[in-house]
Amino acid sequence: MNAPTKLKYTKSDEWFDPSSGAMGLSDYAQSQLSDIVFVEILVDVGDTVEAGSPIASVESVKASAETYASATGKVVAVNKALSEKPETLNSDPYGAGWMVKVEQGATGDVMDSAAYEKFCADRTH
Amino acid sequence: MTYIPISLKERDAMLTTIGVKTLDDLFKDVPVKHRFPKLNLPPALTEMEVAAELADIAASNESVHGDLISFLGAGAYHHYIPSVVDHILRRGEFYTAYTPYQPEISQGTLQGIFEYQSLMTTLTGMEVSNASHYDGATAAAEAVNLAWAQFRGKRKKVVISPTVHPQYRAVIRTYTQGMELELAGDDGNADLDSSPEELKSMVDENTMLVIVQYPDFFGRIHDYTKMIEAAHSKGALVCIVANPTALALLKTPGEMDADICVGDGQPLGLPMWYGGPSLGFFTTKKTYVHKMAGRLVGETVDGRGQRAYVLTLTAREQHIKRERATSNICSNEGLLALGAAVYMSVLGKTGMRQVAELCYHKAHYAAEQLSKIKGMGLCFTEPFFHEFALCVDKPAEEVNAHLLEHGIIGGYALGTDYPALKNHLLIAVTEMNTKEEIDSLVDVLSEVNHD
Amino acid sequence: MINTTEKASPKIVEPTIFDLSSPGRTGVTFPEPDVPRTELPKSMLRADLPLPELAEVDVVRHYMHLSKFNYSVDGGYYPLGSCTMKYNPKIDEDTCRLPGFLFTHPLQPIETVQGNLALMYQLQEWLKEISGFAAVTLQPAAGAHGELTGVLIMRAYHKSRGDTKRVKMLIPDSAHGTNPASSGMIGLQIVQIPSDARGNIDLKALKEHCDDTVVGMMLTNPNTLGLFDEHVEEVCKIIHDCGGLMYGDGANLNALLGIVRPADVGFDLMHFNLHKTFAVPHGGGGPGSGPVGVNERLADFLPEPIIGIVEEGDDETPPLFGFRKPAKSIGRMKAFHGHFGGGMVRSYTYIAMHGPAGLKDVSQYAVLNANYLLARLRNTYHVPFDRICMHEFVAEGQFAGSDVRALDIAKRLMDYNFHPPTNYFPMIVHEALMIEPTETENKDTLDAFADALIKIAEEAKKQPELLHNAPSTTQFGRMDEVKAARDLVLCCWLPEDYATKD
Repeated sequence: MNAPTKLKYTKSDEWFDPSSGAMGLSDYAQSQLSDIVFVEILVDVGDTVEAGSPIASVESVKASAETYASATGKVVAVNKALSEKPETLNSDPYGAGWMVKVEQGATGDVMDSAAYEKFCADRTH
Repeated sequence: MTYIPISLKERDAMLTTIGVKTLDDLFKDVPVKHRFPKLNLPPALTEMEVAAELADIAASNESVHGDLISFLGAGAYHHYIPSVVDHILRRGEFYTAYTPYQPEISQGTLQGIFEYQSLMTTLTGMEVSNASHYDGATAAAEAVNLAWAQFRGKRKKVVISPTVHPQYRAVIRTYTQGMELELAGDDGNADLDSSPEELKSMVDENTMLVIVQYPDFFGRIHDYTKMIEAAHSKGALVCIVANPTALALLKTPGEMDADICVGDGQPLGLPMWYGGPSLGFFTTKKTYVHKMAGRLVGETVDGRGQRAYVLTLTAREQHIKRERATSNICSNEGLLALGAAVYMSVLGKTGMRQVAELCYHKAHYAAEQLSKIKGMGLCFTEPFFHEFALCVDKPAEEVNAHLLEHGIIGGYALGTDYPALKNHLLIAVTEMNTKEEIDSLVDVLSEVNHD
Repeated sequence: MINTTEKASPKIVEPTIFDLSSPGRTGVTFPEPDVPRTELPKSMLRADLPLPELAEVDVVRHYMHLSKFNYSVDGGYYPLGSCTMKYNPKIDEDTCRLPGFLFTHPLQPIETVQGNLALMYQLQEWLKEISGFAAVTLQPAAGAHGELTGVLIMRAYHKSRGDTKRVKMLIPDSAHGTNPASSGMIGLQIVQIPSDARGNIDLKALKEHCDDTVVGMMLTNPNTLGLFDEHVEEVCKIIHDCGGLMYGDGANLNALLGIVRPADVGFDLMHFNLHKTFAVPHGGGGPGSGPVGVNERLADFLPEPIIGIVEEGDDETPPLFGFRKPAKSIGRMKAFHGHFGGGMVRSYTYIAMHGPAGLKDVSQYAVLNANYLLARLRNTYHVPFDRICMHEFVAEGQFAGSDVRALDIAKRLMDYNFHPPTNYFPMIVHEALMIEPTETENKDTLDAFADALIKIAEEAKKQPELLHNAPSTTQFGRMDEVKAARDLVLCCWLPEDYATKD
């Protein structure tokens, strides 16, 4: 699995990029869900999201998951292209697969990449 | 008698393998004071006896198959069911299979549902159909769930025409209790002469869904195109509750740009069966497919390069999405969807149109003859399909009682649901009603008015 | 279809009914009208009706071909856990199609349908006797529909007492998905309750969540592990002590007929699955039938209508049966009266034929068969909650050091001509294989099934590719489910060049 060091991670498998304010679903989460066929972003530009509140609903061929905000802040952009190409979440979770961008996002309970990798490894065994 | 194929000797051998002495030893987890209650039920019957008992019970009804002439519709219709329909449904391969969760060994059911979905979209002019709901009323309630999910609860008003079937409106009220919705227009005291355009005034930015019926509960054919356009301009969705027989003849909900079209599939080759089971069809635009409840079959290929079918988008459903699913629905009306598919296939383009036209001509003949009776007349002037509201000039229940003495089930008495129409009958005529039957209805009703 | 430019088109095993259509054919014709024709409403007519055109023989052959692709109870052993795929007696197919049942309209005057109403009344009484509840509605169309009825009743009961802060439904982690979905559908919050090491409700966790915001609990008993909760009476008491109601998911009632009545151990209400317990065939996914029984204090909240006696009879005349609206009814759950023909007539026939002793046999042999299979398989497959089970049990479909999964075992069973057990449910068992034999299978069948599973376990070690590639002997192989979900081809129509087809 892949967890870029510049990002922060939540226990519910979301990432947050403090430099850009972007957030999305981790590589670990997309691989657990496998083939993603539907994404619905549940917030709009202008909404304020709280860390831990739902921002997206994701469905794969065999599973479904809710994605939660990894930081608190005002939504400044929503990735509308995702609903057309939900498989982007599988192919590029940290790039084109971003879901929502917030302004001056304040993170809640997050981990750095090393801690997150260990957290994922512990769950696999 | 039972259907247990295990001999006492085999039973004992099995108990030995398990390591217990008696059958009763298997139930030690059950609280002893409640274990093995004596059930006060009648003693078992043999097949011969039960066949006779059920034949007696069935015979004590007066059916519309030989006993009584019927002009009762109001959501369930007496149509001819070609023999082939039940021959297919009686195949054990279909009726004793489970939900097709193992597609390799369920292609019969899966392709059957795929074809049902295809036939329903053809009939309604919509883009997608699910594998069916319980009935037309629950399908209409699921349309509310779709709209609720589509707007994520941000819009809270549903506009329902008072000319939607009263029981469908009742089911929507049951399903939505506690959702804090506003149900506007759902009122049997409303002005029933008003045109569908007048619903427009109730539709606002808080409206998630408008529900109308086509033909409406009184059989009237409205073109909803303009009303739908107006609802769309406020961002609301529109659901048409349609009669499938009428759709073989009339402009489709798809042509009117409806977002959802639901209805009861009973007229498509299914018996009235005292009200069930039938099926609820649910069709919509492709945009809303992820918010639609219920099973859905899609085309794919198998590992051997063969065209095949599977249940798809299953992550929407309760067994995966649990409390976040749009609906809790699990079963569909699989066997009856197959029956409807066989009916539509064997009647085809010609037969379906023929049945619709027969209903239309016979209903219009009846309406014309009945309105000649002094003191009677049609309640509404709009075009109608195979049902119409007839003013009978005295309480409808009295009229029906008189008709029944002559072996005729009259129409549905409208006064219970629409207080202003206490002297009105809703008369339904299908291809099963002969001219002779219609004439005898006219004769007996003429007498009523002379009494 | 998209993305298929480079690939060969798929091989068509059986054309669709649209593929088979040919212009000008028809299967059924109707008489010309015996009344004068009326002009059709021109502006409201549809332009075209592109339905298929076939002769009756085309239709029969097509569906006959399709039927052969199905595995069915009539064709073989179907040990699908939680689904009770028992044999469906043939006499039921005849009784439910008697003309007096088929051709009665749901709104006919009650005087003309006393047979139907008497049958429904009697069935209500029998279900009350079997379950111990005080009142029954036959209206719900399926198990999930019964659950929805039940949770609406539970909430309405609390509300009627002015107890409006109850918003939580407690649901075990082993529950069917319909339980949280039914509660979620009416806006309740779901609290998941874990199971303990013996597969019972974890009482400590249950107590922690019990307070005055609890609507109640939804419990399947025996649970989806096939185990009778050893503390079921205490569970009910804990819920009642905090003012909650105890809902029983009756999916597993096939283990309890004449064994124990759910109301006696403390359940307040429960749905029945007539299509499981009382042998109504599953029809490839429905129709089902999901009556709900309730105790005395909830009877007023049942959906309308209930079948009752509207005029008492005497020695000379039978009573007059009719409809009754309960005083505080939650309303109507569907149009008309429920699944009369498909569900109620078949179940009435079934109960009448079995009688009290026969029903008890049903449950005793269902439990015998499950325990026999468990005894034969426990040395080969790990059973995580291994004790005397009820009508089903759950084994793990995985082996140490092997990459074979439950799915592979399920698919391999098809090569032995068995329907696989339910897999990946309940979620609290890894690689679950949920096996429900039912009472209508003989020892030879059970032995053959156990032998096949034992052989498959050996294959998993020595020739795992046999499992990974299974099924290989069926007409169809494993499906590309990703393609189905991405392409979303959900229907077909007549081909574009149809009109010119010869």
